[in-house]
Amino acid sequence: MKEDRRRFLKSVTAVSAAGAVPAGLVPEVAQAQHATHVAQAKPPTAAATQMQAYVYLTPPEVEFVEAAVARLIPADELGPGAKEAGVALFIDHQLAGAWGTMARNYRQGPWPEGTPQQGYQSPLTPQEVYRAAIREVNLQCAKQYGKAFAELAPAQQDDVLRALDEGKLALESVPARLFFGMLWDNTQEGFFADPVYGGNRDKVGWRLVGFPGVAAIYVQHVDKYNVAYRARPVSIADMQQKLAQVDEHGHPVHVMLAANEKE
Amino acid sequence: MAATQLKPVDVVTVGVGLTATILAKELADAGLKVVGLERGALRDTNPDFMLPNIHDELKYARRYALMQDLSRETLTFRNAVNETALPMRRLGSFLPGEGVGGAAVHWNGVTWRFLPWDFETRSRTIARYGKSVLAEDCTSQDWGVTYDELEPHFDRFEYLYGISGKAGNLKGVVQSGGNPFEGPRSREYPNPPMKTSHAGSLFKKACDSLGYKAFGLPSANMTRPYTNPYGVTLGACVYCGYCERFGCEMSAKASPQTTVLPVLLANTNFELRTLANVVKVNLDSARKRAVSVTYVDSRGREFEQPAEIVLLNSYVFNNVRLMLLSGIGKPYDPVANQGVVGRNYAYQTLSGVNLFFEDKVFNQFMGAGALGTVIDEFDGDNFDHAGLGFIGGGYLNASSYGARPIDYHPVPDGTPRWGSGWKKAVARYYNRSFNIGAHAACQSYRTNYLDLDPTYRDVYGLPLIRMTFDFHENEYKMSDYLTNKAAEIGKAIGPAKMNINRRTGKYSIVPYQSTHNTGGAVMGADPGTSAVNRYLQSWDVPNVFVIGASAFPQNGGYNPTGTVGALTFWALEAIKNRYLKQPGPLA
Repeated sequence: MKEDRRRFLKSVTAVSAAGAVPAGLVPEVAQAQHATHVAQAKPPTAAATQMQAYVYLTPPEVEFVEAAVARLIPADELGPGAKEAGVALFIDHQLAGAWGTMARNYRQGPWPEGTPQQGYQSPLTPQEVYRAAIREVNLQCAKQYGKAFAELAPAQQDDVLRALDEGKLALESVPARLFFGMLWDNTQEGFFADPVYGGNRDKVGWRLVGFPGVAAIYVQHVDKYNVAYRARPVSIADMQQKLAQVDEHGHPVHVMLAANEKE
Repeated sequence: MAATQLKPVDVVTVGVGLTATILAKELADAGLKVVGLERGALRDTNPDFMLPNIHDELKYARRYALMQDLSRETLTFRNAVNETALPMRRLGSFLPGEGVGGAAVHWNGVTWRFLPWDFETRSRTIARYGKSVLAEDCTSQDWGVTYDELEPHFDRFEYLYGISGKAGNLKGVVQSGGNPFEGPRSREYPNPPMKTSHAGSLFKKACDSLGYKAFGLPSANMTRPYTNPYGVTLGACVYCGYCERFGCEMSAKASPQTTVLPVLLANTNFELRTLANVVKVNLDSARKRAVSVTYVDSRGREFEQPAEIVLLNSYVFNNVRLMLLSGIGKPYDPVANQGVVGRNYAYQTLSGVNLFFEDKVFNQFMGAGALGTVIDEFDGDNFDHAGLGFIGGGYLNASSYGARPIDYHPVPDGTPRWGSGWKKAVARYYNRSFNIGAHAACQSYRTNYLDLDPTYRDVYGLPLIRMTFDFHENEYKMSDYLTNKAAEIGKAIGPAKMNINRRTGKYSIVPYQSTHNTGGAVMGADPGTSAVNRYLQSWDVPNVFVIGASAFPQNGGYNPTGTVGALTFWALEAIKNRYLKQPGPLA
């Protein structure tokens, strides 16, 4: 034990000498608790992209959400899926904000479950639903397969998701379908929403279907029948950062794709 | 805490949306001191609806940035009297607005006139088919006002809001290119019809082949720059496809902001107070006269605003709720079938078909809230209902109101719900599909009503309004009939695949249907079955007028806004020409 500790401290010192952690600033115990972090730290090569950092989901939850959304909208021959689109990050930011805490929803009790027609009646906020449900699903996966959801084979993951979707996998904290419905709604939102929310990275959702994003003036196009309007999609950030040309009313001037150009 | 007493004014409006802005403008012009109390904030085209941020589907269409904040106030809902109503914790089925302009900021702009038949539903039904076609518990009734009486007021509203369209009936002469079933108009629409989208053109071709007369949806999306009779100029629509749930960056969608507010706010007889939430109308000791309203401001302070006339101009639910909280009129009791406030709440019955093609593209992300091609053969009593087992109907439409991809990515029936198969179908059909919708009426029934909830309260501790509502046999049969017609037209268009989406099962408050809630403070000729008289004046407290779709005794097949606008001018004329000269009951 004592030997292990000495070895560990020696490794920390070695890293410190390399400049990642100034020696003597962190108490010994805290250094021990953050061992793996310290060991992994590298000198930054570029400024961190703040918007791409998780704020609510824990690392195991991120793994769950990434694995789940990769099955819901998979990467395939048509292009990137929800995981590549950054949907997990999108969901994290939604959960951390007003939607995840039901800031604009009615939150007074009593809380009977009600009928399906009466809609959302869970006393849990979406934040709490994800936390409780992911924990339960992972426990059930561990029981059935001996692994967490993220470690399962894709076909097994599909089985678990289908069981949630059909309400066949019983959860204690929330109805399984409520959790699945929320996850599936959020996945589609994250895949198709403006990239400013962290998902739809590189506009992959918009490119998949041919949606041009922030609209241009369509007066001359709306009655051109059976002619596909194929434009490079424009996002809110493109406009704010003046990466898109705009007309006098502030609409983007879309750059049209060449006839044989693939989006 | 004692309320601060404010200086008396002539008129106070509760809410500052479509109806309030018109009434306030006209009454302030007539020299009255008017105060508008709005629970939400001020918002306007610039900067609130500016590009690029207004084209944010997540923020506006999915997170409801312009809608009511339910953490402060919602309603409770149940399908039937023997259930326990539970709060609508999230928005879904309908989307009441909040803030200056109300729901008329985020509407699509579809602007119909109800049919002459709609205003006399009960008497004309009985006259043509006999009493037995009305369900025993159906409480649909005549409005106490006729189409002919409202015609000049429809006209005024359409010219104020710059509606585009083609008349189908000018002074009794049917016109080609318009709706041949509409009531006679005194003149053409102020603006020409909108363009026709690819979806609309295919719909029209199929209707032509089937002998139906298709025409362009009447629209409050400007087809050219337009200066209305108040001197306010609106811009031309650019078919960007962001109307419903959004504000318009072009000032091209008629709303209080783009038609009335610029002149109203310049009138020194008018004072706007935002973040002012009215909680009660205070009556005198005899309960025959409103003396003031009490409101709470954004710092929690209470104010009492005395006024000679109190205008309730909020959305259906708050109009009724404020009457119930203030003791104006007798609350409706469905068991005894007595009382009037809360009676005859109704809604809209929607269904439709999705068409999928392999060889056609539609660019449905382009469009406008009210860009559509429609037929009206199966609306109201435009067709013979003998033997059909239902009354009423609706219009069928192929609309292009903006295919924003979170909410719009239809897939053919049988497609996997998610996964690679779903993704392939979405990619394949996003631009190769469109819908034919059936937008239909809803009759009123003894068991569909509004009252105060016994359990749940708002942020001020006041009872929420409780909705008890379900569709009835008449609506399912009517909807099925219309859905079959939509499928018939769909088939004639010849898609590769078609989904038929019938209206089945109990009414659910979860999926979006329409923000066309009606009734609860209905108008009529009989104080035993109406909360307000034919001038929208409270039978019980004659200096209170209750304006809006809350006055509809049942809902017609159309979107309600055109008729709400007409009723607003109708009530205005009664107030201006008669009530002000001799305050008291007008009927």
